[in-house]
Amino acid sequence: MTTPASVSTVDLAARFPGIVSADSRPGYSGWIINADKLIEVATAIRDEFGYDLLSSVTGVDYPADGKMEVVYHAFKTTGGSIFVFKVQMPRDDPVVSSLVPVWKGAELQEREAWDLLGIKFTNHPDLRRILMWEGFEGHPLRKDWKEPFYEEELKPFKSRWPDGKHTIAEAKNPFRDNVQFPVGFDPEKYTFEDPEQALYTSLRKYQSEDKDGIKTDHILVNMGPQHPSTHGVFRAVVMLDGEDIVSLKPVMGYLHRNHEKIGERNTFLQNMPYTDRLDYFNSMSNNFGYALAVEKLMGIQVAERADYIRVIMAELTRIQNHLIWAGMMLNDLGAMYTPALYAFEERELILDIFEATAGSRMMCNYFRFGGVARDMTEDALRKTRELVHDRLPGKVDEMDRLLTDNEVLVSRLKGMGYLSAEDAINTSMTGPMLRASGVPYDIRRADPYSVYDRFEFDVVSRPEGDMYARYLVRIEEMRQSLKILEQALKQIPAGPILSGKPQYQVKIQPGEAYGRVEAPKGELGYYIVSNGKPNPYRYHVRAPSFINLTSLEMLCVGEKIADFVAILGAVDIVLGELDR
Amino acid sequence: MYGKGLLKGLGVTFVRFFNTYWEDLTWMWRRVTTGEKRYHSAEGIAHRSSKNTRGIFTVQYPEEKLPVPEEFRYIPFLVYDEGADGAKEIRCTSCGICSKVCPPQCIWIVRGTDPSTGRPKPQPAEFYIDADICMNCGFCAEYCPFDAIKMDHDYELASYTRTLLPMEKLMKPASYYAEIRPLNAAREDEARKAKEAAKAAKAEAAAA
Ligand code: SF4
Ligand code: SF4
Repeated sequence: MTTPASVSTVDLAARFPGIVSADSRPGYSGWIINADKLIEVATAIRDEFGYDLLSSVTGVDYPADGKMEVVYHAFKTTGGSIFVFKVQMPRDDPVVSSLVPVWKGAELQEREAWDLLGIKFTNHPDLRRILMWEGFEGHPLRKDWKEPFYEEELKPFKSRWPDGKHTIAEAKNPFRDNVQFPVGFDPEKYTFEDPEQALYTSLRKYQSEDKDGIKTDHILVNMGPQHPSTHGVFRAVVMLDGEDIVSLKPVMGYLHRNHEKIGERNTFLQNMPYTDRLDYFNSMSNNFGYALAVEKLMGIQVAERADYIRVIMAELTRIQNHLIWAGMMLNDLGAMYTPALYAFEERELILDIFEATAGSRMMCNYFRFGGVARDMTEDALRKTRELVHDRLPGKVDEMDRLLTDNEVLVSRLKGMGYLSAEDAINTSMTGPMLRASGVPYDIRRADPYSVYDRFEFDVVSRPEGDMYARYLVRIEEMRQSLKILEQALKQIPAGPILSGKPQYQVKIQPGEAYGRVEAPKGELGYYIVSNGKPNPYRYHVRAPSFINLTSLEMLCVGEKIADFVAILGAVDIVLGELDR
Repeated sequence: MYGKGLLKGLGVTFVRFFNTYWEDLTWMWRRVTTGEKRYHSAEGIAHRSSKNTRGIFTVQYPEEKLPVPEEFRYIPFLVYDEGADGAKEIRCTSCGICSKVCPPQCIWIVRGTDPSTGRPKPQPAEFYIDADICMNCGFCAEYCPFDAIKMDHDYELASYTRTLLPMEKLMKPASYYAEIRPLNAAREDEARKAKEAAKAAKAEAAAA
């Protein structure tokens, strides 16, 4: 195994004495930076130490210490493990300067931290709520915030056993309870203020221009939330000059359910089936990332056979995701359903394997801490071998033949939605988006987890940075996945599938961990803080669908409105994960 | 040549188009010779979900149904053993583990009490599963130490109202369980018998 450059080689405290100190809380790692020097230190982290991609930004609320903390994770696109740094602020006035001037990738994530935790980022270009609606009162991820159907701080709830008289939540907890209003709110005196105004003013202004003696206006178009092309309830507000996009803002949160708050009420194990519902196309990858993070916290090993099964499942997932992506992409381009249905045929066969092994086609809930829930039967293994050896390679080639050289497709994708390597890194792109911009970064290779260091495969990347490159990268990635699958199926050892005993209440030391996997859509990370209790103290999901949208405006400006649909499709988002 | 890629792609769709009819013809031949059918038959469905499927692969639900694998899981049910005179001996001891492990907390159990002593007895007095909330995760079945709650295969539960399943509706016989999950049931039976035998042997050893 290659030993990745570990965090300890960087001594930030020596470089910035008095400004940076090592995080010495037991179980924690990384560096704590004085809030007022953040920009200076972050610039050094990027330019001097080479951590060029800011992966994740999130906050943690510590009411007991009266503190609010912002946690940053960055990595080098040349490989190596993740680098953690933090700033701490007083909880009653959490203000810190925004990192957008250093990494544009912080933009949406800082908005999320403001929305859900109430951390103010000064100098942020557009600090508005992002998942909750404008006018929502409170910051839901703060520890003292309670949801309308609040029952108890932590699960399991006492009302279920031994005296579990069934009640429905609405009956016990009428709507008005726990709904928070602004201080001094009086519905009688309430005057309606259009909450969309802030959104519209954040776009480039309406302008009257003289063009060839004709006065023209920019027009504003709302794409979505109900729009067949937007893959769910996603909305983009677009400012147009004729047909050209001059400015664009993604609007999201229509499917928001505060996955993270639910996760902090759940026990560690109870979160596993909830992760299925993030990117519901790839529940196996979601399980994978979460299991890795918790296993790191627990400090346990994974049974070897289980590790192989995990890889098999994750790679099958990637193949079906990319196939469906190609099909759906063609839908977005107007080639209704033929490629999509071809893709669905293979997907059904892959889901058959999931169903026979995990018990469910989409909501797999298959991973456990230290292994997987049940063994892959001989029958399932045989089916997988058949697919991997006899069917899928041919079908990937068929998709390739069907689409790759198609002149219409090429002319619509080539040169469109361009993103340079620098911009891709700066806006925190990961996954195929990053690799299609010429940065060959794949966590399976750069910071190997599970048993990925045992397999031979190529990291697919293309230098063009356009939509066609994103298409080609995904097609080739399926071939690499098949290559990994072949090796995994050959090497899979016999043995137990769980390193310990099955247990529903796991013992976890206080501390923090960040587990990340190369999900089909990009880096899927889980940041978990434990305080030694059976429930996670903080549970954060670094969702690739969400963060990959940071560059959406960059991709679209200058293109035609009709291409917006294709550009969005090429990013590959899924709303369950985007809105969480 | 411009258009070559298009033609190549059209070639793929043409092969698919051709295969659909070729498939029908081969199955027509099979029907005449061996009596096998492509639609509305077990062999036809198995073929359409095998690696050799080509042509139309749709399963005509609800006329046809894909057989579910043993591990398939849907809303849980409570297993009871059939006693000598048809008495339903519920396996559940109302230990509460399932209700604690359930992620959306949709299991509600009232622990039984012995009316004569007023002390808890190992049987549920009431047992509810709110099927509207259940996320079919299978944890309850996985962590029940008494093999008393298992995941069902019946997925046709559409209803006009909320579905709250009380104990009467949740109880199903062990024979039904063995029918839908034969391998699991056999394995668990064996483990239970081995445990009982070990217990008996221990008791014997203690008595001797
Ligand atoms: S079903 Fe099983 S886990 Fe649930 S209370 Fe009964 S015995 Fe305990
Ligand atoms: S299947 Fe999961 S959600 Fe449903 S009752 Fe069992 S533990 Fe609860």
